[in-house]
Amino acid sequence: MAFAAFSSTAPSATAAPSTDPVARRRSPVALFLLLPGILYLVLFFLTPLVSLLLTSFQSPREFGDIGQFDYAFRWQNYVEVVTTYWPHIVRSFSYALAATFFALLISYPLAYFIGVKARKWPLLQSLMLVLVIAPFFISFLLRTLAWKQLFSDESFVVQSLKALSLLGPEAHVTGTAFSVIFGLTYNFIPFMTLPLYTTLERLDVRYLEAGNDLYASPFQVFRKITIPLSMPGIVAGTLLTFIPAAGDYINASRDFLGGTGTQMMGNVIEANFLVLQNYPSAAALSIILMTVILVIVSIYVKRSGTEELL
Amino acid sequence: MTIGAFADRGADLQLVGIEKRFPGFTAIENLNLTIPAGSFFALLGPSGCGKTTTLRLVAGLEEPTGGRILIGGADVTNQKSFQRPVNTVFQSYALFPHMTVLENVAFGLRRRKIGDPVAKAHEALLLVELDHLAHRRPQQLSGGQQQRVALARAIVNRPALLLLDEPLGALDLKLRRQMQLELKTIQEEVGLTFLHVTHDQEEAMTMADIIAVMNKGRIEQMGEPQQLYELPKTAFVANFLGQSNLFTGPVVSTTGTAIAVDVSGQKIVVPLERAHRVSGAVTIGVRPEKLTLHDVAPTYSDGRNVLGPGRVIDVSFSGVSTQYLVAVPGIGTLVVFAQNMAFGPAAHVGAEVWLSWNVNHGFGLDDDPTDAPRFEADLDTKTIAQQRRSSLITEFEEA
Repeated sequence: MAFAAFSSTAPSATAAPSTDPVARRRSPVALFLLLPGILYLVLFFLTPLVSLLLTSFQSPREFGDIGQFDYAFRWQNYVEVVTTYWPHIVRSFSYALAATFFALLISYPLAYFIGVKARKWPLLQSLMLVLVIAPFFISFLLRTLAWKQLFSDESFVVQSLKALSLLGPEAHVTGTAFSVIFGLTYNFIPFMTLPLYTTLERLDVRYLEAGNDLYASPFQVFRKITIPLSMPGIVAGTLLTFIPAAGDYINASRDFLGGTGTQMMGNVIEANFLVLQNYPSAAALSIILMTVILVIVSIYVKRSGTEELL
Repeated sequence: MTIGAFADRGADLQLVGIEKRFPGFTAIENLNLTIPAGSFFALLGPSGCGKTTTLRLVAGLEEPTGGRILIGGADVTNQKSFQRPVNTVFQSYALFPHMTVLENVAFGLRRRKIGDPVAKAHEALLLVELDHLAHRRPQQLSGGQQQRVALARAIVNRPALLLLDEPLGALDLKLRRQMQLELKTIQEEVGLTFLHVTHDQEEAMTMADIIAVMNKGRIEQMGEPQQLYELPKTAFVANFLGQSNLFTGPVVSTTGTAIAVDVSGQKIVVPLERAHRVSGAVTIGVRPEKLTLHDVAPTYSDGRNVLGPGRVIDVSFSGVSTQYLVAVPGIGTLVVFAQNMAFGPAAHVGAEVWLSWNVNHGFGLDDDPTDAPRFEADLDTKTIAQQRRSSLITEFEEA
């Protein structure tokens, strides 16, 4: 599983400074083996990034058509997008934060059950893991559309809620902040659960017993021992949820669970690139999104004491 | 003892009719045990004998199927692990890897809201001579140091009862000797009750005031180390605590002070007060170091048992002593430990020898050597399934 890569950087009990002379010796073979990776990064990461950065400073061509721009250093692009789209920027990060929080709230007990409680029954463990991963077999677009159906005004869910007066007669579920955050949470639960599972699965229950033996109540054991020991999984899971959720444009899109009032940065970038053909604005927004995520993530990882992940 | 205050002295531990069944096997059956306050008590037995399960029951990490556990007279059977005035030094140490050594030691004090936990943790670390490493992480310490931290983390709480689960198992011989002495010293200094679980008979004998030898979920014999060694009650104790030469035969004559046993035509005398059974077929024994080798038939009349002739089949030199294996026809192979009082072995392989020992050194056992398991081996899946089913049915009926 790809997530194992995250958990393997966890501070293991045997982690000691490597003094192995073989590992430290530089060899041309190692560089040669790195070459494909470096080439790949240059071609598919560095080049588009530089291109994006250059595009974000472009200025409109004089007397040109819509969508025609020249390379320049028009930093005002950034000021313009921030003043125009700041509600979308704020919305993006608050929705992503809320979705991450709810996903963690749902995934942690789930991962704890699969990884710790179900150890005695390996079959149940595998079955539950399959259930977590099974939604991936259907495109997330279809699954999100299905939720749109379930939350539509004529749906059984909404009709029942209205019949019970839990929802006003004129109220909708789709197109609200609730449905967008719901969709984000739903779509990212597997990304939260799997890294949590990999760390919890290796959680040594003898530490929990030792905590119990040292007068810690079950709640204190959870707070003082289980949570700190599963921190690598929590960090990996929240990052895997927060980063894509902040840039997501499917759930918040009007075609899916969102509405005019729930547009996120991803939707704005999409509109600017594909509809308005305002490439510099879209590029500037992308750069802003990337930078803010990078800053937030660095602070987060530093604060949580799992620098090994960076 | 209440949480929030130290125990001022060790408390005695009482196990009454303890029983523990796991799906598929019985770990402990009808265990009764009293450990007096302030003593160093060793629970000795081979792996799988139920000694670690006993310890986990006392710590509250397992629940007994039946019976009661009393600490200092108070019934703690229904108390959770964190409510019991008991601390454990785990076999794996189980030091929290995300805390420093100091935080590890202070953990229990903080949970119980005892004043000035940091100073008390430093004190405990001074006791195990590790205060200079207080701010390291456990994984930066050596095995012996981790063991001492685990000990400090437990004794800093001044538990009424300290449980030691083979904590010296992972250490090398020299460090182990050193730690054995340190443990004993600490126990005497702080006056706590120690319950030490081990499979190392030498460790148990050096450290403990009282040893209980456990086998197949039951206590075979309990007593002071010397008493246990010199006068074992069962064949298991005779062979687990050191080595023994055992013979089985019928009692042929009894006097007021001794019994005589016929072992393949040779008469062996055992004092009456050292024999557990005095009639019928009995098993008697003698320790290998009590035997003397002779190269001519000795002519003792009284006070010594003589066996022979036999043939030396193996000689192995181990520094202080030499171990001889002597095959005596009709009886079997006997082990003899002889001090190396002179250079070179006293007898060579193939030599014809006689063996003798002081009559007062023999002992008579309560049972016969047997290989049969005490509990039926019921580890197949069908039995487990049946036990699960019956336990579920009783659970449903209770509900």
